[in-house]
Amino acid sequence: MNSPRLTHLHPPARSERMTADGMRQGQSGRRARRAAAMLVLGATMPAGCISVNAPDKPIVIELNINITQEVIYRLAEDASNTIQSNPDIF
Amino acid sequence: MQTTRFARFGIALGAAALAVGAIAGPALARDPAYEAARAAGKVGEKMDGYIGIVGSGDADLRKMVDDINIKRKAVYAQKAQEQHATVEQYAFTSGCLLISQTKPGEKYQAPDGSWKTRGAGAPERDSRCP
Repeated sequence: MNSPRLTHLHPPARSERMTADGMRQGQSGRRARRAAAMLVLGATMPAGCISVNAPDKPIVIELNINITQEVIYRLAEDASNTIQSNPDIF
Repeated sequence: MQTTRFARFGIALGAAALAVGAIAGPALARDPAYEAARAAGKVGEKMDGYIGIVGSGDADLRKMVDDINIKRKAVYAQKAQEQHATVEQYAFTSGCLLISQTKPGEKYQAPDGSWKTRGAGAPERDSRCP
């Protein structure tokens, strides 16, 4: 039943895509396109990166944040005794 | 017979340990070099409970300061654990007291971080100090 005249005059399937070889080529084409997209993405990445610069001032870490007046008052008596009993190092 | 010998050995060992303990036990006063460095203002009491070198210092002074600070830290650590506090909290509390106890002419660290010479009046201390 090969009657191309019934509708239009279509050329027989000659596209590589429709052949077994074409299938493989189509796949590799897709892969190539994906690779190209990745490449473009990679090329545009630096623009999206956050650059971190070292501050010119020294970094001061506040270590005293845990030392509340309440804690100091609680420890004061014991610390005083400790100082008195170690006169060589205080 | 065997047990007696063991007991004697144990007593001897205990006596030896006591003798070593007496030698290595805490000294009753500051080392003269430390006392002199304090009086000369070469070292000062810091806010954090440790001593620091005022100025450049030399290798001997650095060694002495490190040695004292290591001993201080060991004491702070033990006492802090007993008091369920952090070493930093205990050390800072001690720092408040030690700055108060400086004698006129000795150096201490003011809340702004600078070295001050203790005068006749009260030293400048952190607002949290008791």
